[in-house]
Amino acid sequence: MLSPAALLLTTFAFYPSIATLWASVFSRGTRRKPSKFIGGENYSDLFADPTFLLVVKNNLIYAAATIPVSIIIALSMALWANSKLPARGFIRTAYFTPTVLPMIAAANLWLFFYTPGFGVLDQIGSLFGFQSVNWLGQPETALWAVIIVTIWKEAGFFMIFYLAALQTIPPDLKEASDIEGAGRWTYTRRIVLPLLMPTTLFIMVNAMINSVKLIDHLFILTKGGPSDASKLILYYIWEMAFAFFDAPHAAALTILVLAVLATVAAIQFLFIDRRTHYQ
Amino acid sequence: MTRFYAKIEAAGAILLALIWISPLVYAFWAAFHSTSDAVNFTLFSPWTLENFRVAWDGAPWIRYFLNTFMLVTVVLIGQFILTTLAGFSFAKLDFPGKDFVFILVLMQLFILPEVLIVENYAMVSRLGLFDSILGVGMPYMASAFGIFLMRQSFKSVPIELHEAAQVEGCGIFGILWKVYVPLARPTYIAYALVSVSTHWNNFLWPLIVTNSPDTRPLTVGLSIFAAPENGVDISIISAATMMSVAPLLVAFLLFQRHFVQAFLRAGIK
Repeated sequence: MLSPAALLLTTFAFYPSIATLWASVFSRGTRRKPSKFIGGENYSDLFADPTFLLVVKNNLIYAAATIPVSIIIALSMALWANSKLPARGFIRTAYFTPTVLPMIAAANLWLFFYTPGFGVLDQIGSLFGFQSVNWLGQPETALWAVIIVTIWKEAGFFMIFYLAALQTIPPDLKEASDIEGAGRWTYTRRIVLPLLMPTTLFIMVNAMINSVKLIDHLFILTKGGPSDASKLILYYIWEMAFAFFDAPHAAALTILVLAVLATVAAIQFLFIDRRTHYQ
Repeated sequence: MTRFYAKIEAAGAILLALIWISPLVYAFWAAFHSTSDAVNFTLFSPWTLENFRVAWDGAPWIRYFLNTFMLVTVVLIGQFILTTLAGFSFAKLDFPGKDFVFILVLMQLFILPEVLIVENYAMVSRLGLFDSILGVGMPYMASAFGIFLMRQSFKSVPIELHEAAQVEGCGIFGILWKVYVPLARPTYIAYALVSVSTHWNNFLWPLIVTNSPDTRPLTVGLSIFAAPENGVDISIISAATMMSVAPLLVAFLLFQRHFVQAFLRAGIK
């Protein structure tokens, strides 16, 4: 009964992983020169490649910005969506809606915000007398423009997990802290946040995976440019393999990403209590 | 004083909500106005359907919709069959090396199909599935996440029901089909919602594996239509974007509670 799933998992996960490892230690075969074993050369090529280093740096910035910011926004959203605010239904829907949109559509929507001259941001800026800014077209801002779209897309998704966790906090804790005279801020900081810790760790792992995976908007917004300033690792893998037809280096890069993901997986298994998430 | 803070907070929450939906609202508004009105923010300019007409004629949208629809259906059927069988084996059967195999399956949660695009592309081509809906869907069918969900859900089924069915002379597949599957219905619904919205929105892998309008899903079609080098203008891109997100968005707004519940139940996507 297990065999169909095992067959497909082998075909599309395990075998490809091993084949990637295998491909990463061979040179690119041409008609004249058949591919041959070259050991770690593809890897050392990567580390000597300035684009690779830039792309890794970009992805680290991407992760370092999107993970904490989207978590903080998601937490505030959840606290608000869970409290007795007016228009709570509208607030919840508004926060969550970006999650159901395809990343490509999200990128299209944001394109109009970023377009220089007549984009929404520039129009708002011009009301206050700012100069027109080519958000996507200059190296200093392109990556940040991409980061904002990612945060916009994933914060509402993470909010859902916080919302679920908030609803499991027993109301007596709130009553007890009221009796003790603790204010709302103290209650949130000393009781709610510690109780949300497992959820936060879980979201963090998801956000880390997303910082590798969420690159669809690059295809619309920047295509990794200008001069690679917004290029991320997975996009670079795609480009190497399907635009430059350099499979061996793409394979080496894939292996590096898999190694990082395996580390994240190991951390999750070791440090996060599994019972807290898997009912 | 507390009342004052509460008001500030409410204002903050609503402001964030407005910021959050503003891209969508703006695109919606722009889709129904001429380009020059849209970029000049002429708020009270006349509404028009012209953009939708132009966008509709610009690409084979019906084909794209159909492809996406077939894709999510094929993926869902495949996932239901495979994850049911595998989840059941892990939950209720005993076989040597079960724990080890289960850990292997969980590893797939981190070996993202997105990262293995190069080798999976080679594999799909070898199987002769390049540029086919099946080729787009196949790598996602044996979803480790789905297997995990089904295992959890089958585990909670009391063994007495299983034994009762056995006494009645039911075979193992009969028991699975008549006892376990009906009891796991909420899990199936939750998983279906997550799966459909994930694959409706998926882009990178379909981009690589499809090569013709006959197989291309909506996301890929939309990205080609809206590519800057095609020089299509804002209002028309807005109209195309609105068209392609409309089915999922409307479904979401109608069944919002189920959607949110589904995502919650599913835990990890």
